[in-house]
Amino acid sequence: MSARLLPTPSQTVGPFFEFGLLRPAQPNLVPPETPDSIRIEGTVFDGQGRPVPDAMLEIWQASPSGRYAHPGDFRSDLPIDQHFSGFGRNGTDAGGGYWFRTVKPGIVPWLDGRPQAPHLNVSVFARGLVHRLVTRMYFPDEAEANAADPVLASVQDPRARATLIAVAGDGVLRFDLHLQGEGETCFFQI
Amino acid sequence: MDTSTESRTGSRPVGYRRDDLDVHPPYDSPAYRSTQYRHPTRPLILLPHSLSEITGPVFGHEAVQASDRDLTHQHHGEPIGERIVVSGRLLDGDGKPVRNSLVEIWQANAAGRYAHGVDQHPAPLDPNFSGTGRCLTDDEGRYEFITIKPGAYPWGNHTNAWRPAHIHFSVFGPAFATRLVTQMYFPGDPLFDHDPIFQSVRDPRDRQRLVSSFDLGLTQPEWALGYRFDIVVRGREATPLEEP
Repeated sequence: MSARLLPTPSQTVGPFFEFGLLRPAQPNLVPPETPDSIRIEGTVFDGQGRPVPDAMLEIWQASPSGRYAHPGDFRSDLPIDQHFSGFGRNGTDAGGGYWFRTVKPGIVPWLDGRPQAPHLNVSVFARGLVHRLVTRMYFPDEAEANAADPVLASVQDPRARATLIAVAGDGVLRFDLHLQGEGETCFFQI
Repeated sequence: MDTSTESRTGSRPVGYRRDDLDVHPPYDSPAYRSTQYRHPTRPLILLPHSLSEITGPVFGHEAVQASDRDLTHQHHGEPIGERIVVSGRLLDGDGKPVRNSLVEIWQANAAGRYAHGVDQHPAPLDPNFSGTGRCLTDDEGRYEFITIKPGAYPWGNHTNAWRPAHIHFSVFGPAFATRLVTQMYFPGDPLFDHDPIFQSVRDPRDRQRLVSSFDLGLTQPEWALGYRFDIVVRGREATPLEEP
């Protein structure tokens, strides 16, 4: 076995990341006029129910065909869109709000080949978060696929499971995040 | 598994080794006051690594410009302060270089002031210094930035709280599972013992891996001191994951 190196510890992103990390194009994974594109909106709350104005969210997702734009996705039979990176980043505003514009990802297999319901992989960074938090966003119009999803099934508490599914709004999908307390979002150790 | 499924999924994905969680700070780090209402209180759910976690964003050369790695040449004039070279390698837990991977940095200027509207520290802004850089690692996993040594600055965590000089680093590594945001410090800083963010990493040996080392080999005569800072993200599992 080769020598193992110990990982570099995580540190908080702090309050002043905006000028270093955020760029105007990053929340748009697709151009705004893209047919069937979805706007995702949400607010990040702290344990006292106050909005978090200095959080950063990143999403990573498969294309509509269900393929990730990454060499590790070996399913070369699935089409890939050269213009769709699958990555988005945005900061929260003064009211704790964030948004993305994207398209719904396709089906990605679980370890045993069973389908996973369409989902976004979400990272949350903020002042006061010493290490990123990881969660997933699932789609409210995929009840059947969600019911069969192995990751959702691994969350025993139905209230925690419900925090992983966006809420259909007026032309948008709402996905609020609660870092702590009442309605605390289900976070994963990955 | 039936053969039709087999052909769709191919071989089972190989996940990433889980970090010993003690390496990273606990989400609830009371001395760093902002963690109080921002840490989850419910246990995290263990997530096995599927394609969603073993893939991650890929950034090409279009994501960076050559000038992005020299923070001293982003404006008309030169910034005030001590010019430094910061370089190192992005490696995985097996010592293998992570190639063509995006590294982003941001920092305060030499006076300890960020070019950010929320920073109210009454120290001067430098019109010739934005304090933000990005580059891709090369075939050896190496990155290099030219910048100005950042200043220490006060913050409101407690009375007379000061952050040691640091540069924020954001790296992706090869997968969603390897994403890491951290901070690089400078050797021998007298503020280490008084900084709850640095101290949020509990083991002093782990903290030491956040401290760059002065490197005479990186130092350029008559021009700039060199600091080396290697970043390690976790490596792959040796064998395919079993179904949990």
